Amino acid sequence: MGQSISVRDLEAWYGSNKTLKGIHMDIALNNVTAIIGPSGCGKSTFVRCINRMHETMPGTKVKGEIILDGVSIYDQDPVALRKRVGMVFQKPNPFPSMSIYDNVVAGVKLNGMTQKHKLQAIAEKSLRMAALWDEVKDRLNYSGMSLSGGQQQRLCIARALAVEPSVLLMDEPASALDPIATMHIEELIRQLKADYTILIVTHNMQQAARIADSTAFFLNGELVEHGPTSDIFTNPSDKRTEDYISGRFG
Amino acid sequence: MSKKIKYKTSFGDQLMWILTLLMAISVLVLMVWMGWQMYHSARPSIQRFGFSFIIGRVWDPVKEQFGALPFIYGTIVTSLIALLLAAPIGLSVAIFLNEMALSKVRTVIGFLVEMLAAIPSVVYGLWGIFVLAPWLRETVEPGLAKWLGFIPFFKGSPVGFGMLAGGLILAIMILPTIAAISREVMAAVPNMQREAALALGATKWEMIRLAVLPYAKSGIMGGVMLGLGRALGETMAVTMVIGNRPDILLSLFAPAYSMAAVIANEFTEATYDLYLSALVEIGLILFGITLILNVFARLLIWSVAKGPKGGSLV
Repeated sequence: MGQSISVRDLEAWYGSNKTLKGIHMDIALNNVTAIIGPSGCGKSTFVRCINRMHETMPGTKVKGEIILDGVSIYDQDPVALRKRVGMVFQKPNPFPSMSIYDNVVAGVKLNGMTQKHKLQAIAEKSLRMAALWDEVKDRLNYSGMSLSGGQQQRLCIARALAVEPSVLLMDEPASALDPIATMHIEELIRQLKADYTILIVTHNMQQAARIADSTAFFLNGELVEHGPTSDIFTNPSDKRTEDYISGRFG
Repeated sequence: MSKKIKYKTSFGDQLMWILTLLMAISVLVLMVWMGWQMYHSARPSIQRFGFSFIIGRVWDPVKEQFGALPFIYGTIVTSLIALLLAAPIGLSVAIFLNEMALSKVRTVIGFLVEMLAAIPSVVYGLWGIFVLAPWLRETVEPGLAKWLGFIPFFKGSPVGFGMLAGGLILAIMILPTIAAISREVMAAVPNMQREAALALGATKWEMIRLAVLPYAKSGIMGGVMLGLGRALGETMAVTMVIGNRPDILLSLFAPAYSMAAVIANEFTEATYDLYLSALVEIGLILFGITLILNVFARLLIWSVAKGPKGGSLV
């Protein structure tokens, strides 16, 4: 089951550069929310705040409040938080020294799970959810690096799902992939939203239109507009949103 | 019919190709030549003693009796002590500097650690004579004998000058090599590997274990091997603290001798040809051990770098 997220007055800095300037946003549970906007608008920083990954970089700062399922994430241990809020990155980043199987269960093992049959069951379930099982079931002991880029990204999704988070953050998960691999990932996202609250950053507006229930448009560190995807794309209420989606800038 | 394609190369490139090739070959030639020369000079000793030179325990130039085992033993034991101490410490230093320390601390401590490598070995030796050995004799060795005396390595009367002192000096000397190389390979681990681990809910240590160390493993091993190579060949500092007595004793407190030390100490005193030849043979054995060790290390690093099927780290 997914969890809802409320963001209040969120400000974030990289050094002296303020990348988020007071974001107010409510993210519905079991929904796909797309974050769109031009480069440097703060959309990546925004999702990286939600699992407190932003703070791990030196010289960063955060202010404001993010409430996940009724509790402020800043009152929680970031390590525990990240087990509930999974993340998939722009470039596939499987652990190169590990096999496909070990990659999938890496996070589960961190939680102290050691029983082999349970781990195997989790690996299969996660790989099936990531629509990768059929392609790798005969070579689970091969290196994760032996897979294609699209397969590697689905492996990373499986790795994130194996921990059973309730929220899944995806930072341009398909931007390094070819159209067919992108299609696989989008299909996957559509299936996953039954169980997860998904937040996806994308620079591809068609992608947002295809998969997202609601879409948020960021510009210069501010949330310009957030609403049902169909409204954003057909009837935006802000002039800047209209300019961006109609390709006048960005 | 296929036509052979000719690639035109500029004269400058051809010249550079020849020059660099010559340089590369010269290194090889030098090494083979050195090995052969040493073999040639060591031949009288090799013919006289054969294999018993390596397993012989008596080194008595007066009676023309030469066995190298005490030196081989001393070199290997001191190098192992150095490795056992310096590898975990060097790796910890690298982990701290790379993953934990603030950037200012990192710069200062990193610089100081690398400074350790710049100190001449004779200075280490002096420090060993005047500080390390007395400290070992009066504090460390009696303590070890008291608490760990049931282990044969820590039995015996505290001398100060011995294999423990030699190993400790070597550990300090190879520490910067191991730390600096480990640090460099760990700095080369892509940040997205760290983030992958953190995003799964890894703690800092789990992140290091999951993402940093496996990625940097082969490089770290390379650094350790480089350190070991230095320890095996180090002469001055060891000779000043090891006690220079060709004995094979289990106790690490006992004076011993190393291959490099005996060559340096006795070379000028080698009054007859067989004596000189025996010393050169020790050099040849040291040369051989280092060579074998490096080949072995390379193989080990390759096998580690290969990782699971179908993948490669390097």
